[in-house]
Amino acid sequence: MNLVLEPLGYEFFVRALAASAIVGLVCAVVGTYMVLRGLAFMGDALSHAAFPGVVIAYMLGAPFYLGATIAAVGTALAIGWVNRRGRLRGDTTIGVLFAGMFAFGVFLFSTIPNYVGDLFGFLFGEVLGISATDLVALAILALVVLTIVAIFWKELLYSTFDALGAGASGLPVAVLEYLFLGLIAMTIVISLHAVGIILVVAMLITPAATAQLLTDRFSKLILVAAAIGVVTPGIGLYISFWTNTASAALIVLVQSAAFIAALVLGPRTGFLRRRRTQTA
Amino acid sequence: MTAHPPSEAGPSGAPPTGVPPTAHPPTDAPPTGVPPTAHPPTDAPPTDAPPTAHPPTDAPPTDAPPTVGPSVRLTGVSVGYDERPVLEDVNLELAAGALTAIVGPNGGGKSTLLKLIAGLLRPWTGSISVLGGAPGARAHDVAYVPQAEAVDWGFPVSASDVVMMGRYPRLGPLRRPGRSDHEAVAAALEQVGMATLAHRQIGALSGGQRRRVFLARALAAAPDLYLLDEPVTGVDAATQEDLMAVLDAEAKAGKTVIATTHDLASAAQHFRSIVAVNRTVIAQGNADLVLDTDVLLRTYGGHLLFIGERAVLLDDAHHHDQPAPGEVHHHEGDGTPGRS
Repeated sequence: MNLVLEPLGYEFFVRALAASAIVGLVCAVVGTYMVLRGLAFMGDALSHAAFPGVVIAYMLGAPFYLGATIAAVGTALAIGWVNRRGRLRGDTTIGVLFAGMFAFGVFLFSTIPNYVGDLFGFLFGEVLGISATDLVALAILALVVLTIVAIFWKELLYSTFDALGAGASGLPVAVLEYLFLGLIAMTIVISLHAVGIILVVAMLITPAATAQLLTDRFSKLILVAAAIGVVTPGIGLYISFWTNTASAALIVLVQSAAFIAALVLGPRTGFLRRRRTQTA
Repeated sequence: MTAHPPSEAGPSGAPPTGVPPTAHPPTDAPPTGVPPTAHPPTDAPPTDAPPTAHPPTDAPPTDAPPTVGPSVRLTGVSVGYDERPVLEDVNLELAAGALTAIVGPNGGGKSTLLKLIAGLLRPWTGSISVLGGAPGARAHDVAYVPQAEAVDWGFPVSASDVVMMGRYPRLGPLRRPGRSDHEAVAAALEQVGMATLAHRQIGALSGGQRRRVFLARALAAAPDLYLLDEPVTGVDAATQEDLMAVLDAEAKAGKTVIATTHDLASAAQHFRSIVAVNRTVIAQGNADLVLDTDVLLRTYGGHLLFIGERAVLLDDAHHHDQPAPGEVHHHEGDGTPGRS
């Protein structure tokens, strides 16, 4: 019991628990749509693309949220725009733009002469160092994203499933696509502090991927993903606390473990199913 | 319109059944029923309104006659992808109540024509009118069913989830599906014979059942215009009969039904009008059109096979029959349409 209660005596740990649970929830909800849209790669791209924005904000002394949002949303719109022109496959565009943006960030990073420990936090996540102000900002942004999804969940679902049918019946499919890219960008900005640029894609994709192994109904899928997204970061933080290891890495590792467990034990893919069908 | 307060004009006692079949929507109703000696309009109490006036909301839309004028009209339309034209100088008129098959070779522009009408593609040149307005202007009254190949059948939705999507556009954001929506979904599933499989994931359905579900989605949307891309391709005969019976009934109720098909036998058997398309509209007519050798030759070019004098086979992608002895293979010089 002490193992559970002792860390709660530290304010920074409680803040980290709250922040990572919020991040886990938003990532799982938005990530569910990303997985269904085949946009898993997009999460990785936009998080890396946010890096130069973070560095520039750091150099100017501006809030990192601002820099990261501008860079991520800008890249998302650029990808959407290039894709609509045709010519190139979507993943090609994403690959070119995100590597270029990340390289730009690394270049700017290398021009800063003094110690830049803060920026390393954005690369690898620093949820234990999150401040009360950061937590409030994060919660507000999370609320905005979740509200938008709550308003447009039907429209996003229909346009994801059948863009032609949805478009012909009057849903603004292109607007919804840009809206969703904007949601991904905002989600990434929310997550940067907690899990960092390099690992945020796991927070987005893994809960939804795990849920997909457990259910084939969208309504359950998004709930299961959200539950995984909320619970796993807490477990990861405790392990990280007691073993004194990198918190973001542990959060992602716990999610990966959940995915493997679902893969092995799940009703649709797991060994149990195979055994059941054999006995049947 | 300006002479009478239209919202008050409805005689509450008039039964809806008294509405003559030629009734107009109330806002457009000309004040023809008003005798010239009637009271000054501003003083007219509601009870003095002519008995032919209709309560604005009670007029059942399904009882309204087909809209005057064509439901779909294309004039001088050309369109393509990138720089490559797919359709050129298309002129086409389809009336409300039409049950129309668009036939033609693969890559001939059938699906493109459907997407133009759906408002999914903008024409390069020419003008399109759909349900009396620009394409997409009355999008809520349009139901589009994509080709089976365009659908992700692993998507985590059940048959009834898919049919419910047909209700989403009219619901709009924020509103959750209510009782009437669930009833409409259940009725649509019943209509296509899928009520018992409503909760099955779509990937676990057979090809024919999947097509039934998508037709149910269109039905649940209660559209005036059905646009269906290969709705009966690759399905068993029973499904084909069932689906076509549903579409036939919808057309008879005044809805416009347009479907692409590469199955000429099905087109001739199930549709009342046929449009032959290959880069443009080659011909338009009734079901006999597919028996017209000249039309077929111009539509399909070198992909046409003749057996003896009359019977016609198509060397289309979906036909794998070995040529029987005595077959003559027609070739047109350079007119062979390319496939994409």
